[in-house]
Amino acid sequence: MDMQVKKKKLGLKEKYAHMTRGLDWQPSYQTKEAVFPYATYEGIKVHDWDKWEDPFRLTMDAYWKYQAEKERKLYAVLDAFAQNNGHLGLTDARYLNAVKLFLTGISPLEYMAHRGFATAGRNFPGVGPRVACLMQAVDEIRHSQTQIHAISNYNKYYNGFHDFKHMLERVWYLSVPKSFFDDAFSAGPFEWMVAIGFSFEYVLTNLLFVPFMSGAAYNGDMATVTFGFSAQSDEARHMTLGLECIKFMLEQDPDNVPIVQKWIDKWAWRGVRVLSLVSMMMDYMLPKRVMSWKEAWEIYFEQNGGALFNDLARYGIKMPECLSRASIDKEHASHQTWSILYQYGGAAAFHTFMPSDEEMDWLSAKYPNTFDKYYRERFTYWREQEQKGNRFYNNTLPMLCQVCQVPMAVTEPDNMLQISYRESDYKGEKYHTCSDGCKQIFDDEPEKYIQAWLPVHQIYMGNCFPEGTDPTVEGFDPLAKVLEWYHLVPGKDNMDYNGSEDQKNFNAWRGLATKND
Amino acid sequence: MSKVFIALQTNEDSRPIVEAILADNPLAEADYQPAMVKVSAEDTLVIKRETIEELIGRDYDLQEIQVNMITMSGYLDEDEDEFRLSWKN
Repeated sequence: MDMQVKKKKLGLKEKYAHMTRGLDWQPSYQTKEAVFPYATYEGIKVHDWDKWEDPFRLTMDAYWKYQAEKERKLYAVLDAFAQNNGHLGLTDARYLNAVKLFLTGISPLEYMAHRGFATAGRNFPGVGPRVACLMQAVDEIRHSQTQIHAISNYNKYYNGFHDFKHMLERVWYLSVPKSFFDDAFSAGPFEWMVAIGFSFEYVLTNLLFVPFMSGAAYNGDMATVTFGFSAQSDEARHMTLGLECIKFMLEQDPDNVPIVQKWIDKWAWRGVRVLSLVSMMMDYMLPKRVMSWKEAWEIYFEQNGGALFNDLARYGIKMPECLSRASIDKEHASHQTWSILYQYGGAAAFHTFMPSDEEMDWLSAKYPNTFDKYYRERFTYWREQEQKGNRFYNNTLPMLCQVCQVPMAVTEPDNMLQISYRESDYKGEKYHTCSDGCKQIFDDEPEKYIQAWLPVHQIYMGNCFPEGTDPTVEGFDPLAKVLEWYHLVPGKDNMDYNGSEDQKNFNAWRGLATKND
Repeated sequence: MSKVFIALQTNEDSRPIVEAILADNPLAEADYQPAMVKVSAEDTLVIKRETIEELIGRDYDLQEIQVNMITMSGYLDEDEDEFRLSWKN
């Protein structure tokens, strides 16, 4: 970059004061309460909005300048990638299944984040957070757009990239990330900031973007790594906003502390459950691996999150209790989640596959306490069955957790032979959750979670077939109709990677790229 | 004591920034990973405009770091001359 730097007339602090505080005004013909109707009902007490400060002291003029520079860099790389058949430089087309999961499960959430920050910015009476939320709202829509643009190049050559928005609203495991954002979006502006600004951006986003994007670089996916890092350069600002917001609430009034603590507990656990999808991406879906999920968890959650909670202790904030369970689950999360997706690979929107011997050795080395003991034999057996032409597909439907919507196939932390589930009664009905963390969330707001749109329940209720389907006809195949409703073609968009069109095409095209005949 | 860090994309823009950080923070360590470099230090990390300007031979605005930054940890305090990360405890 060759940027011209002009001598500034105003210092950064002064300029920030003028271009945030100085832009605010007081309503005259409406009351402040009428203009900001959602500012108080969550119970957060604010005495002085001017105490809020953006540590980057970023103003709109500087924001546009740097964002434009990021866009120029990104689109130059995307053009180069497309013009030079960048997709043939991938380690293996198996890798693309991680990108499919990203496009269907994450990019639409960036759009949801855009809506959420626009709404939060609208609802905060303070001008500091309003400006910061505005920038983040613009960032998030940029992320959504750049991800869709970058990944659209793969849609020209490979299956499963064709209808991400349609899938997000229907496909069973995509309700896990979707419900996370729906839950946050339907909360008040302060809870939204703790959910997305703090728990997701500050505590968890590193686990999604940093190791995964490093993985994309390792696997030759220049397009993804470039949008990933371009997005992540905004995340550093988002993390700072989330952290400022927490600090601000805690410093404004001691009555805010228990409310904030409850939200931190809730959203840390919600985040851990969503990230189980990322754990399997890292350990199973990257042909060339950077670090294990467990290692990433230790660096980015235990060390980095630990430092943060040490600091927040001065306000009386404690590390969420449910996270002690997460430190046990880190040894199992990726293996159990991949097992779920593998056996339900006939209803997924990407291809699944069993690891090779070499990959299993890597998993043993990274998970010395658990992989050989609990998972290797099962995976070896599944692979043998596949080689005999008997690839295992589970045709029953799993029960889902009422809160996180992850299938209940996760075991108890102290007993690997027992599926972990909890039960709550509410208005004469039984509701099931996957863990103490999710049960607490349910019991705190049952009226909210009984409304959850659970994909498995919806299939059983007959709500997931194309219009005009008659489930009473003889030989009715419910799975085929559900897949049709998902816009997925069995075998082409899903099932095993071995023998898939993606595999055949990639090998043939790469052969053409390196030979003359 | 807790660690603070900043991660930058590895490219020609961030090379002198990393060099400046390592010069100004003797206890900082750089960890090079695919496509990124993460610089960490116990408790505090300071990026100084002046040191970067000496290395690149032109005026530099610390907000340019925005373009190549990937992630960070700790509380930030930024003005014209310094970009400072620290845990306040």
